[in-house]
Amino acid sequence: MNDLAPPAALTPASFKSAYKPIWCPGCGDFSVLSALTKALAKIAVPPEQIAVVSGIGCSSRIPAYTTCYGFHGVHGRALAAATGLKVARPDLTVIVTGGDGDGYSIGGNHFLHACRRNVDMTYIVMDNHVYGMTKGQPSPTTEPDWDSKLSPGGTGVRSFHPLVIALASGANFVARAFAGDPNGAADIIAQAIRHPGFAFIEVLSPCITFRPEQREWKQHAHPAPVGATDDPARAARRIMTDDGFNIGVLYAGSRRPYPAHVGKPGESPANLEAEFEL
Amino acid sequence: MSPVATPARKPAAKRPAAKKKAARTAARTAAEKPEAPAVVAPRTLTEFMAQAWEMEVEAAQRYSDFADAMETHNNPGVASMFRTMANYESKHADEIMATMGWSESPPLTPRSGNWPDYEAPETTPDDEVHYLMQPWHALQLALAAEERAERFFAELARVATVAAVRAAALELQAEEKAHVALVRAWMKKVPKPDRDWAVDPDPPSYTD
Amino acid sequence: MQATATTTTPRDAAAAPSARSASASLSIALAGSGGSGVMTAGTLLLHAAARAGLYGLMVRTSGPQIRGGEAAALVRIGHAPTSTLDDTFDLLLAIDWQNVHRFADEIPLRATSVMIGDPDEGEPPDAFRATGARYVPRPLKKTAKAIAGSWTNMVALGLAGALAGIPAAALEAAVRESWKRTAESLKANLTALQAGFDAAAGIEGVAGLRVANPGTSPRWLISGNEAAGLGAIRGGVRFVAAYPITPATELLEWMAPALARIGGTLLQAEDELASVNMIIGASYGGVPSLTATAGPGLALMTEGIGLAVAAEVPIVVVDVMRGGPSTGIPAKSEQSDLSFAVSGLTGDAPRLVLAPTSIADCLATTQWAVTLAETLQAPAIVLSDQFMGQSRAIIDRPADIAFAGRRLTTDANTPDYKRYRNTASGISPMAIPGTPGVVYTADGLEHTEAGIPNSGARDHELQLDKRERKLRQHDYGACWADIEGDGDLAVVTFGSVTAAVREAVARAALEGIAARLIALRLIAPARPEQMDAALAGVSRILVVEQNHGGQLLRYLRSVYDLPGKPAGYHRPGPLPLRPGEVTKAIVDWARAGQRAKEAA
Repeated sequence: MNDLAPPAALTPASFKSAYKPIWCPGCGDFSVLSALTKALAKIAVPPEQIAVVSGIGCSSRIPAYTTCYGFHGVHGRALAAATGLKVARPDLTVIVTGGDGDGYSIGGNHFLHACRRNVDMTYIVMDNHVYGMTKGQPSPTTEPDWDSKLSPGGTGVRSFHPLVIALASGANFVARAFAGDPNGAADIIAQAIRHPGFAFIEVLSPCITFRPEQREWKQHAHPAPVGATDDPARAARRIMTDDGFNIGVLYAGSRRPYPAHVGKPGESPANLEAEFEL
Repeated sequence: MSPVATPARKPAAKRPAAKKKAARTAARTAAEKPEAPAVVAPRTLTEFMAQAWEMEVEAAQRYSDFADAMETHNNPGVASMFRTMANYESKHADEIMATMGWSESPPLTPRSGNWPDYEAPETTPDDEVHYLMQPWHALQLALAAEERAERFFAELARVATVAAVRAAALELQAEEKAHVALVRAWMKKVPKPDRDWAVDPDPPSYTD
Repeated sequence: MQATATTTTPRDAAAAPSARSASASLSIALAGSGGSGVMTAGTLLLHAAARAGLYGLMVRTSGPQIRGGEAAALVRIGHAPTSTLDDTFDLLLAIDWQNVHRFADEIPLRATSVMIGDPDEGEPPDAFRATGARYVPRPLKKTAKAIAGSWTNMVALGLAGALAGIPAAALEAAVRESWKRTAESLKANLTALQAGFDAAAGIEGVAGLRVANPGTSPRWLISGNEAAGLGAIRGGVRFVAAYPITPATELLEWMAPALARIGGTLLQAEDELASVNMIIGASYGGVPSLTATAGPGLALMTEGIGLAVAAEVPIVVVDVMRGGPSTGIPAKSEQSDLSFAVSGLTGDAPRLVLAPTSIADCLATTQWAVTLAETLQAPAIVLSDQFMGQSRAIIDRPADIAFAGRRLTTDANTPDYKRYRNTASGISPMAIPGTPGVVYTADGLEHTEAGIPNSGARDHELQLDKRERKLRQHDYGACWADIEGDGDLAVVTFGSVTAAVREAVARAALEGIAARLIALRLIAPARPEQMDAALAGVSRILVVEQNHGGQLLRYLRSVYDLPGKPAGYHRPGPLPLRPGEVTKAIVDWARAGQRAKEAA
């Protein structure tokens, strides 16, 4: 590689791999992939410095569709793997992706603690209110009365509100985006990556196969009436009257991100022997 | 603690309903965003042409992505149509570069165009496609895209404050109008889909 | 070191001449993509075969897309129940060839096979043509288009059915019964069906079956997952905790409304850690409980299963095995969770491991597993797999079996009640919450007979011994294995591979090799006395299974005294083991043994 030549400018195409997604045509995840590549081009970090970590499900297929380093882990554990990666390698830009089933059901525990821990990473959840890959069971964000084979007549259980949980658990950046507005989503993702600490973006991403009625989301999604706040109490009041379709950044706080020590200069391991010497 | 309001619910459809395509899109485009930002015309010809170039490039990329998705879902007829459309849009983008004498692409700045909808007028939204769609549907989408583009340039011409920009906007409007005619002609050669085009007797399959 | 029979590929076996089994069968593959409806056509073909008095099996395969992907329905029909695919397909009927070449390994053809395709959809792919199979064009799509409102897959169904020898009336009846659309649409598609039927005229080379008189014994059309669900209910399960995972989800989805109808509940859990603990809770409360999962989910459940062992709470976990390890190959079958099932718990933790031998057997074995778990107050893992779970077969109506055994409980106010009292059988009566005077705390911690946590040597030894003894001493009866035939050679197997091995043993007999078949249904605990009896007179054993590491072979060697140097024929998924390759493995192994004996 010629050191004298300036590096080629990064465009969204620089971040998209040659693998063709297997998502159903019409899936909202195509827009999220497009938004992600646009955001990465904006922040201008080379693909090899970025790791995309995912779990299991349709949305979790995203890493291979980018030219970044990818880790397609097991169901619900993406945040844990990403945490390990970022703490061990603070120099990398770590993005975590997945769906509502992977993230809020089996991954629910890790979600809560990742928000608390506030490691510097960006978590993008593509929420379509359903388990798509296993053919249409209710997820934690599904309405209580949505009929399905696994829970006929509906689960009867109140839907999970991820932004409330994220805020209450201490996430430093909380936002909602919409797949129908990929450019807006790209802006939010870029902001989130630049923001220190744990950044959480819930992206409303319709499932055309199991929830075709979600095409209506276009009519409901709207820009949030106010801009982001750095006051958690104000954000909490706003989120409690949220209609589920406010698009924008809710909260951008100033909590200190989790500190990382691996790789920092320190003493020689030989110094550790002193405590055993007689 | 007040309960969070849940979003408006629709009764769940048991299977995907046959989708009404561009007719709905076209109708919706006009009424879609009640608080849509007013279109602001660029101040310089260079800015205007960069925006126009971006519209073509994005449209080409979108058609190319659609073609990939159709290929992956065993719909080769529509895949090749989308490839053709992608090539046309790429060609238009190259023509703009040639007209402006640009050797290097201008930088992409999404939303620089202040679009009336979420995306650029000539870009077909991602959710307008269906794995069983027919060639006629693809042309409907192309028609809607070109009509949106035509309307956009007409509006730009109306609000333009710089003469060179207005002239360019009118020129591009005329070009899009010609594209509209081309697509309509193409549509005449393509059979209309039957009522059951979206019916798939087989259930979805497990993959993961 | 154990000798391992040479692994053959399914192609090798198909090329070699093989004896046809006594009962003739016909194998048909229907392929196509993106909305062509081949799965539906395959299901209807199976229905029609049932109407015509035949038995059959249908296996589905498809690409990675959720909708619109390339797909094939693999159907085998015949005069006797079958639970395995044959070595090759007699007929491949493709509505289109889009990416169908990806199924070349799953649809092996031979030179005498027939391929039918639509000339408007191009030529058959090279992968199929290379087999030498004969191509016959038929304009399926044009035929359908000529009949307004009809579908191509109905034409294909008629054509395939006619070539199979299924009467038109049976095909029509199957379509009518399944029809959910308008009467007008039905009429059009019945016309298309007939047009397809007529299009079979002039096509030679497919030996249609002679159709028997239908309607003698009552029969069912069912999948392994459904059968397991019904077996659980027959066994008394009334609580299920569920977390979806391929290929077990359908079992849970079938149970959800079924339980609601009969006064039970299915609860959707947040993950497998929750679902295993939920069924432990429900069972502790006195209600027989079950969950179903696959490899990754079973891995998560291990701590819970260990808890059930230590606290002596009966639960049943159905593991519908898929390609492993880790996320592996979710939509394909493999028998590679065996090692994990028999030894994947921490500590000395005896547990029951069972494996149904066929789609029909999923019912009885799951029912038995529930009974055993309840009787022995222990967890039972049922090793089903994707092949059985997601395939559909025509079976004789399963007999109503009542397995002896139930949960031993204690009456109210039993004096000096100790939950974990050491008894001769090792089974101590369980107090069900709500019963006065016999309150106790269940515990995963090691405990005294009264259930109080205790870290001493005496109680640990006593409880370990109790939990091991109760499983070992139980009389499992004849169900523990299916033993068929005689001779000094034995072929041992389990699960879905059993049917292929059974056919292979029959074919090997025609080549002069007599072997007895031992299909294990109870894998753990080991049955040394019964195994000795089963192997009386046997000098050599071949263990056949579908995994890379020879897991059953290694397990049997570790828990049983086996004669000679046990050998193994094993290969991993995703392709099913076929009778031909197993026959070759048996014959080669038998002859190698004969030669060694003669040389000595």
